[in-house]
Amino acid sequence: MDSLYRDYILDHYKDPRNFGELDPHDLEGHDHNPLCGDELGVHVKVSADGTTIEDLRFHGQGCAISQAAASMASEELIGMKVAEIPGLSAEWVTDLLGIDISPTRRKCALLSLKVMRGATGGDASWPE
Amino acid sequence: MNPVTAPAVDVKADFPVLKREGPDGRPIAYLDSAATSQKPLAVIDAMSSYYRNSNANVHRGVYGLAQEATDLFEGARERVGAFVGGETPTTIFTRNATEAINLVAYAWGREHIGEGDEVLITHMEHHSNIVPWQLLCEERGAKLRYLGVTEDGNLRLDELDEALASGRVKMVAVVHVSNVLGTINPVAEIAARARAAGAACLIDGSQAVPQLPVDVAEIGADFYVWTGHKALGPTGIGVLHGRRDVLEAMRPFLGGGDMIASVGFESSTWNELPWKFEAGTSPIAEAVGLGAAIDYLAEIGMDAVRAHERDLTAHALESLARIEGLRVFGPTDLDLRGGAVSFEVKGIHPHDLAEICDREGVCIRAGHHCAQPLMRSMGVPATARASFHVYNTREDVDRLAAALGSAREVFGL
Repeated sequence: MDSLYRDYILDHYKDPRNFGELDPHDLEGHDHNPLCGDELGVHVKVSADGTTIEDLRFHGQGCAISQAAASMASEELIGMKVAEIPGLSAEWVTDLLGIDISPTRRKCALLSLKVMRGATGGDASWPE
Repeated sequence: MNPVTAPAVDVKADFPVLKREGPDGRPIAYLDSAATSQKPLAVIDAMSSYYRNSNANVHRGVYGLAQEATDLFEGARERVGAFVGGETPTTIFTRNATEAINLVAYAWGREHIGEGDEVLITHMEHHSNIVPWQLLCEERGAKLRYLGVTEDGNLRLDELDEALASGRVKMVAVVHVSNVLGTINPVAEIAARARAAGAACLIDGSQAVPQLPVDVAEIGADFYVWTGHKALGPTGIGVLHGRRDVLEAMRPFLGGGDMIASVGFESSTWNELPWKFEAGTSPIAEAVGLGAAIDYLAEIGMDAVRAHERDLTAHALESLARIEGLRVFGPTDLDLRGGAVSFEVKGIHPHDLAEICDREGVCIRAGHHCAQPLMRSMGVPATARASFHVYNTREDVDRLAAALGSAREVFGL
């Protein structure tokens, strides 16, 4: 099996979960990777009491790593507390991906987290 | 097509870095020369020898060593200028092509571009020939206009006369050879049409000088810029060729040492061309290296370099066309394109293509190639790009085709 392009990575790339737009939405974020021009946006719907992520959709375009990261993250993010998101670490995403990410592909993997942190009032700079 | 069995130019052995092994144990196939070229031993040795034997600051010292350094530096300028049909006093060394364009935008642009004036560039430009003009237009209240690009990757020259007819265009800045599409633009014609309309013209030759015979006098633009590191030379040195009367009338760009005739408490007078535009200690070793690079290219002959790149491009277009789902951008007419081939493969992002190519030691570029407006007008976020130079062979292209086949396998296509 390929060490980077594992079956589940390609599955999420070809068939991304929770992709598209969500209207109406309560929170949104958008960002791009300046290295390659890839873009990613997110629409988030939160619970009536404002504490929980009820639903979200990512949209945009990117490589297999960035798309799979967004898709896999989306499944975890739905149901999480909004307040938890700004504290999510880069390792949270890389552990989720379960593959070794080279330094040159790190931003691809972290774009979705960057967008989500920005959408939930967190630090919108690149996760360490 | 000619059944070429051996490459007309066979110089790979002159480039030490190309012996480096890739992840699969084979020497790398370096296909990213549009980003930067590799350097022949002649260039590396010339720079090393300069530092070992001849290093001193130029233009000032009266001792023999300083004179030798000055001779090497100015000798390089003379040969670099002559290499592209330029005169020595109007051959100005800059840090790179970007700095040369900024020099023109600041030192010429601020004097000649005013409110309501227009600067005309194209959708095919590298960011280096976009952003300086955006800054200038913003500062001066001028308008930045663009010539479009046709679907087959050529400039919409039919829009040029219409744009020039306004009479407000004061500068036309156009790339000679596109770093993405490979398109070779008719720059002499563009320069002539700009001049007829009373506009100045700047040509960005960063991708042209490394691979085509270029004669800046024949092109006749007011400014022609290029960079050393794509032409087998070192990083840190670029070149601006300008029309003498235009350069003489311009104010300096950067102020400092070497660019002055005399410095008073309140004001100074400027040195002669080309030094008026070379403030501070120059990239001396880099000039020596660039001199060695153009000597090396001249020995091969730029007609032979062009023929070699044309052959590799033809081979690439033919090989890539056999790959399912692959689409090449840019002109298909080999007379109209240089040695850069941008493409996409359906179902695989360019970054992933580049990653899988790297596993087989094939170095290609993926991304927007510092040409985001062009990417937008082509309707793609990014492309993959293979670009060639004298040291590449048909085998390098075959390895690219094989690696792209592997990528399709990995992605289950």
